[in-house]
Amino acid sequence: MNGKTDRNPAAAVGVDESAGFVGIAWRRLRRDRYAMTGLYLIVALFVVAYLAPVLANSRPIAMRFEDRLYFPAVAELFPFKYVLRYPELRTLDFAEIRGDESISQLRAPVPYSPYESSLDEKLAPPSRSHWMGTDTLGRDVCSRVIHGAAIPLKVGLVAVAIALAIGLTLGSLAGYYGGVTDILISRLIEVVMCFPVLFLVLAVIAFLPPSIFNVMVVIGITRWTGIARYTRAEFIRIKNEDFAHAARALGASDRKIIFRHILPNSLAPVLVSAMFGVAGAILVEAALSFLGLGVQPPTPSWGGILSDAREFLDVAWWLALFPGLGIFITVTAYNVLGEGLRDASDPHHALPESR
Amino acid sequence: MLIYTLRRLAYLVPTLLGITIVTFVIISLAPGNPADVVRGTATVSPEVYDEMLRLYGLDKPVLVRYGIWLQRLVTFDFGSSFVDHRPVLAKVGERLPATLILNGASLFLTLLFAIPFGLYSAVRQHSKFDKIGGTVLYMLYSLPEFWVALLLIMLFGVKLDLLPFIGIESLNAGELGFWARLWDRLLHMVLPTVCLTYGALAFLSRFVRGSTLEVIHQDYIRTARAKGLDDSRVVYKHIFKNTLIPVVTLLGILLPTLISGSIILEYIFSWPGIGQLFFNSVMSRDYPTVMGLSFITSLLVLLSTLVADLLYTWVDPRVSYERKN
Repeated sequence: MNGKTDRNPAAAVGVDESAGFVGIAWRRLRRDRYAMTGLYLIVALFVVAYLAPVLANSRPIAMRFEDRLYFPAVAELFPFKYVLRYPELRTLDFAEIRGDESISQLRAPVPYSPYESSLDEKLAPPSRSHWMGTDTLGRDVCSRVIHGAAIPLKVGLVAVAIALAIGLTLGSLAGYYGGVTDILISRLIEVVMCFPVLFLVLAVIAFLPPSIFNVMVVIGITRWTGIARYTRAEFIRIKNEDFAHAARALGASDRKIIFRHILPNSLAPVLVSAMFGVAGAILVEAALSFLGLGVQPPTPSWGGILSDAREFLDVAWWLALFPGLGIFITVTAYNVLGEGLRDASDPHHALPESR
Repeated sequence: MLIYTLRRLAYLVPTLLGITIVTFVIISLAPGNPADVVRGTATVSPEVYDEMLRLYGLDKPVLVRYGIWLQRLVTFDFGSSFVDHRPVLAKVGERLPATLILNGASLFLTLLFAIPFGLYSAVRQHSKFDKIGGTVLYMLYSLPEFWVALLLIMLFGVKLDLLPFIGIESLNAGELGFWARLWDRLLHMVLPTVCLTYGALAFLSRFVRGSTLEVIHQDYIRTARAKGLDDSRVVYKHIFKNTLIPVVTLLGILLPTLISGSIILEYIFSWPGIGQLFFNSVMSRDYPTVMGLSFITSLLVLLSTLVADLLYTWVDPRVSYERKN
């Protein structure tokens, strides 16, 4: 018997445990067709971003070379690349053997690397060999779009994690302690909200060396106000509930009341606003990369390709269409999921439909 | 009401002070100082460099610099730009109308379309119009405006050659007569306005729909229907007016969103507004202009929140403007 069952009185007397808040919310979410589509899309995007080296690569997935079997693209999947670097293949030009029938090889679905440029194929429209066309340097756009998927996903998660850390801390302090603490923090929230998002982000980012890390941090430290406000409101509501009073009467410390009793009960609306936060952070990152202040070339990024597109509007529609679609799909998926989570976690929302 | 207004105004002071501190901290933390920027790559003797530092007041401690800056701020003296040495206020002043026209048009169109749209889809909830409209609006909300701008420029500006997409008027605008010039400006406004509007439109429509649905389920609506009022009267006299109340509070949120959007759109469309000025100033590390602009925009946002709050208490008698305790 482990310690956990001991602490649960329902389990101790053999009563079936109810599904609990998370279980109910999850069951409701699973019935929401839109939200589940959003969730699947996000999962799919993460898979694509992770599998990018296998999906789009000039190196074959598998090949037979001098009677040995190699997996050059698969080797790139692992962060500890040096293990499988295949020193004997170093002299091989993978772009050259792309169409070579004499070498038996399994090509990646998109057989181009994101950095591989071919100067006699500049700005080629979408065709059977280049599904999304090529850019100004003759690089395959499809490959760049696939390899660019990782950055927005990373930015979304890290930026929102930072925003959550700041927002949860300040929001719970303000909501729990009230008084002067609340006044000071509420003023701070109000002040930060007065700055239009891009104004604040641009003002900070412009003075830092452009890097994706800086973008994540700046988005995180400028976009926590929504989370803080929700947390504060939830804390004010919950700290006056009976169970919080009971915990205090039993002599629980502030820390225990905050972390064990109030915080878990206030997470639902915070999570919803965090989902919308991810969508917002992805949009800001794309905008920054578009303005040339985010991801730096030649690293592939959706905003970066769009900024190339701006120079060639009259000739290359494919440069604008595909990366934009990527941004749009990612942002929509997070928004739809956030919306579904809100409906699933908010019992009030269920009412109008059951009438 | 007067006392409430005065109290609200008094609340502005600490927030304003906070805004000045945030602005000042950002600029102070920035690496590389203006003297470096002005100096550029040219080699300057240490004496001249010190002289420059003194000229910009950079030789003094941070708190003193903040004090000096604040003192001048009260009189709206933001100093002069590092780029062309003109007063910041004058630079902002000549850029402001272009942005205000764009944002004003966008706000007007948003309200014009979003309210009836949201109202209608709520009244006809679950209808085809509601479902399709809702989905379309949802997608609009997630579309990045700079992407839409690029696509629209490609389609209407380049391919069909219907609409201009660079600047606020044509190069030969000076030679045009009054009406022709007005028409020229209107044409230049079409694409930026559309791009700035659709997101806010989607947001507001969904909001109006939600708040209308809430109103529809109220008892007084049932009463109104029960006493035999026809549909249009119920919708107009009872639902519509109550729906407007929460919309008022949203105006305070919409403005910063619009201003934020205008940075990137003004960049794409070369629109000579404060968004473009801000972007250029940030790129050239023009501290006084960045500081002045941040302060002025956040002041605008603060004032619009104030107006929204005051309107709220004015349109909704249920909201008490007396202190509760």
